Amino acid sequence: MRKSVDTVMVNQRASSFMRRSIKTESKKQGLRLALSMIDLTTLEGKDSPEKVRSLCSKAIVPWEGQIEPPLPSVAAVCVYPSLVRVAKNALKGSTVNIASVATGFPSGQYPLDVRLNDVTEAVSAGADEIDMVINRGAFLSGEFDEVADEITCVRKACGKAHLKIILETGELETLENVRHASDLSIKAAASAGPIQDGEVFIKTSTGKVSPAATMPVTLVMLESIRDYYEETGVRIGMKPAGGIKTAKQSLQYLVMVKETLGDAWLSKHLFRFGASSLTNDVLRQLIRQDTGRYTAKYDFSEA
Amino acid sequence: MTIKTDQIGGWEYSPALETTQIAIEPKNKLFINGKFVSPKSRSWFSTTNPSTQEKIADIASAGRADINTAVLAAKKALPKWSKLAGSVRAKYLYRIARRIQERSRELAILETMDGGKPIKESRDVDLPLAAQHFFYYAGWADKLEYAFPGVEAKPVGVCAQIIPWNFPLLMAAWKLAPALACGNTCVLKPAETTSLTALRLAEILQEVGLPPGVVNIVTGAGDTGHHLVQHKSVQKVAFTGSTEVGKLLLRQTAGSGKKLTLELGGKSANIIFADAAIDQAVEGIVSGIYFNQGHVCCAGSRLFVEESILDEVVQKLSYRLKSLRVGDPLDKNTDLGAINSKAQLETIERYIRQGTSEGAQLHEVDTNPLPANGYWCNPCFFTDVQPSHTIAREEIFGPVLSVMTFRTPKEAIARANNSPYGLAAGIWTDKGSKIFEIAKQLDAGVIWCNSYNKFDAASPFGGFKESGFGREGGLQGLRPYVNFFNKSGRKM
Amino acid sequence: MSRLTVSKTYKLYIDGQFARTESGRSLAIENQFGEVEAHICHASRKDLREAVDAATGAFSSWSGITGYLRGQILYRLAEMLEGRREEFAAAIQITQSVTIAVARKEVDAAVDRLVCFAGWTDKLQQVIGCANPVAGSYYNFTVPQAQGVVVIVAPSKPSLLGLVSLIGAPLSAGNTVIALGSDQHPMATAIFGEVCQTSDVPPGVINLLTGPHKELVPHVATHRQVASVYCANPSKKMRVILEEGASENMKRTHCISIDDDTWYNNHEVASPWQIEPFVEMKTIWHPSAC
Repeated sequence: MRKSVDTVMVNQRASSFMRRSIKTESKKQGLRLALSMIDLTTLEGKDSPEKVRSLCSKAIVPWEGQIEPPLPSVAAVCVYPSLVRVAKNALKGSTVNIASVATGFPSGQYPLDVRLNDVTEAVSAGADEIDMVINRGAFLSGEFDEVADEITCVRKACGKAHLKIILETGELETLENVRHASDLSIKAAASAGPIQDGEVFIKTSTGKVSPAATMPVTLVMLESIRDYYEETGVRIGMKPAGGIKTAKQSLQYLVMVKETLGDAWLSKHLFRFGASSLTNDVLRQLIRQDTGRYTAKYDFSEA
Repeated sequence: MTIKTDQIGGWEYSPALETTQIAIEPKNKLFINGKFVSPKSRSWFSTTNPSTQEKIADIASAGRADINTAVLAAKKALPKWSKLAGSVRAKYLYRIARRIQERSRELAILETMDGGKPIKESRDVDLPLAAQHFFYYAGWADKLEYAFPGVEAKPVGVCAQIIPWNFPLLMAAWKLAPALACGNTCVLKPAETTSLTALRLAEILQEVGLPPGVVNIVTGAGDTGHHLVQHKSVQKVAFTGSTEVGKLLLRQTAGSGKKLTLELGGKSANIIFADAAIDQAVEGIVSGIYFNQGHVCCAGSRLFVEESILDEVVQKLSYRLKSLRVGDPLDKNTDLGAINSKAQLETIERYIRQGTSEGAQLHEVDTNPLPANGYWCNPCFFTDVQPSHTIAREEIFGPVLSVMTFRTPKEAIARANNSPYGLAAGIWTDKGSKIFEIAKQLDAGVIWCNSYNKFDAASPFGGFKESGFGREGGLQGLRPYVNFFNKSGRKM
Repeated sequence: MSRLTVSKTYKLYIDGQFARTESGRSLAIENQFGEVEAHICHASRKDLREAVDAATGAFSSWSGITGYLRGQILYRLAEMLEGRREEFAAAIQITQSVTIAVARKEVDAAVDRLVCFAGWTDKLQQVIGCANPVAGSYYNFTVPQAQGVVVIVAPSKPSLLGLVSLIGAPLSAGNTVIALGSDQHPMATAIFGEVCQTSDVPPGVINLLTGPHKELVPHVATHRQVASVYCANPSKKMRVILEEGASENMKRTHCISIDDDTWYNNHEVASPWQIEPFVEMKTIWHPSAC
């Protein structure tokens, strides 16, 4: 049964999280948490091995300066399948995971066997996590079983790799579609086999379509996750991606996660930010809190 | 502190206190004829901060002589003010709106300190709405000829306006703005526990050059209000407060020819159907009863849930209660502030005890550890409430919700209407036709559909039945402040 | 020896920016002594085209914001105009050949006129819209909706008050506007863009063109993206051009006759019935049943 969602009230609740005032210790703690949750991403046609190596280096040590306690690494790097091997080498010995997009990212407009092959190749190249895209064309024309079956197949193809299911909320447009896609995706993933906490994520966007992640859209997805947890005891992860550029925004998302799902989800095992420029803004805020001085753009390396 | 790679224990919000300092007069005088004057009564009372129980300042207590001076000042200012072109009155009101916007931070802090409501609410709700009210009615001042077809609308005269402690500055705006726009002059009596923001507004009235006597403010307790209402030169009385006092005013003004509007109590029904967007409906429940600590006349204090979704709603509501933060009203993260006074807290606690003793099941969440001083009440709700229970019938005016069920729309409507009150109602369903049909049948002056506690200067507000009569806001909000004259000049 | 002044260059105001006319033409403005006071732009039909594009782009947002917000922006226009009272009065005095007292009276009236329109934005619906008691189980209501891009053909005089009066009405209802400023006395129009720019008016909502009406009006009349035209004291010939051109896309044309004194009368000029021609009434039905 499709759940109703009231857009105006969702927007109201989402903006209430943005009115929280996160200061001093809680701000420091939140910023470090946010940093540890970033999937540092590069997904451009012009990506090359050097670009990926540079990204991986930043992922492991986001900032080379001195600070107590030392800063965490980010959670993962996110790249195209053909660059997974390069990333794997560059990340050897670190705690940073390798996430690969797959299934014909970002459009997904390819035959199923091509999309599944994309997944198996990425996994065998060493990806720890697979970020797939759902079939939006099928979804919007009401072919929900097709959408679900594909997700189930993809999860099977992932093997041990964790799966993140990108809904591409910008194309789904309505919050009710987002809710339906969330519920459908989680159930479809579960059809492939039992889920341990954090093995499956739902993700807002590819970052290639605007709007990408927003607070209201993320809230609706968090509500789906919460209801699933109430029903089954399984914790599904959440990844808003695209459009989160500032440290302030990242803290607002953390507030929303905390107040909607609880502190258990405040970890990289269950929550990620799909972002790139966010990293430096978080660093900027962290260093300012530490030193009391506003920083310059050149104080932080570009990935 | 180190972030472990495993799940962290918890992320707590650090205190986020509003630190701007504001100046407060130790002795706050009456505002009569454009000046702050000491009371002839030589009597003062103190106002305290309900979150700390500390005294903030002394307030003048207006006696009969002071009230007389104030009413006569309003009467003297009336001819000139009422004959001013509407477009000139408009410009005074626009100035007031702008000045309120400019001094928002200061007014919000003062409101929070004096009344106990969270700074987040006074900053984001009370102040913007107060400014909007002046803005909106400023625009009507020169457009009255379009408001009432077929008649000429003229000012009523001297208006006595008595306001409550739950939205002190906003209620002052709700009373003054339409009255002034229509060419009346006013004597305003704020609630005794919350007089400070009205007096600060008086400073703003001075700043904008409002002619002396157009607005006068007499502070004091119940007696001040009663003397004011009964003054022979008062031509209109506007009161917001309890139904009990409203009835008393009706008796006191009987036969006097004074126009009367009353905005009284409520026990509003919030109705959730199974086909509602449930998560958002739960948000609506919270907006309905926990906003402003439940100190809202139109609070959705009776929840009617369609039986099939009762468990789901109760479970989600319990969960939602956990993220409501009760505490220091000056902390920007506080959702529920202090209860306005010791007396009100005692009333609320009495009802809670009564609820339990009558057999209802209390659900409450112990939120943050509460400060040692101050008047606090954790948000809670009762299930297993029967329509005959006291907590289902009487207005509690606190963060206490009574939850009941229904099976069909007819039953929901009947139960909702089964009350002497009729101020507001909420309807939650995804089905439009149901909304319109049920809204048609509910005996309430304001009906929020898939929403609750939404206020706007352009939207008329007021009750049916014992929740009072008359409307504030919108075009209809002008009506209480004008007399109608027909084409031959005769008063209708 | 008196100081050599830096004279202002007057440009067109389109899409929130000051741009020279793409035609490169200018017109000399003479003062009451026949001396050239300044040059203003002689707008072309391409400038008009740009302005219509800008106004079209801005419409969705301007009509979509709350009446309250629109009112606050119009009020700010009044605040900014009040601040420039002397500059406008001097311009009117010089170019309309009136006394400074008369000029100031016109500016004051223009400020007050904007304040009046600011007060309509969140009330118009309550006065001219309604709920309709149809004979059936329906909830039925009629709301006024903004039409789109409205072109104003401002009167020759009063050059500021006429401009402000004619743009105020459609703006308050949520339309975006392009004004062809007074062609005899375009100075006030040329400066008014500066007031718009400093008043939180979003780009494209108000666009100001200066130049001879007879050149631009035929293009306005037949432009298919223009929803309506508001004109004061047109010549018979111009009225024919406008109304014939309107047939192209069913433009609404609203022509008013206002004499010198009546311009100062809010009841006539800022009546909701001068705004009503610039809204479309939308009626919505919804069943009412459990």
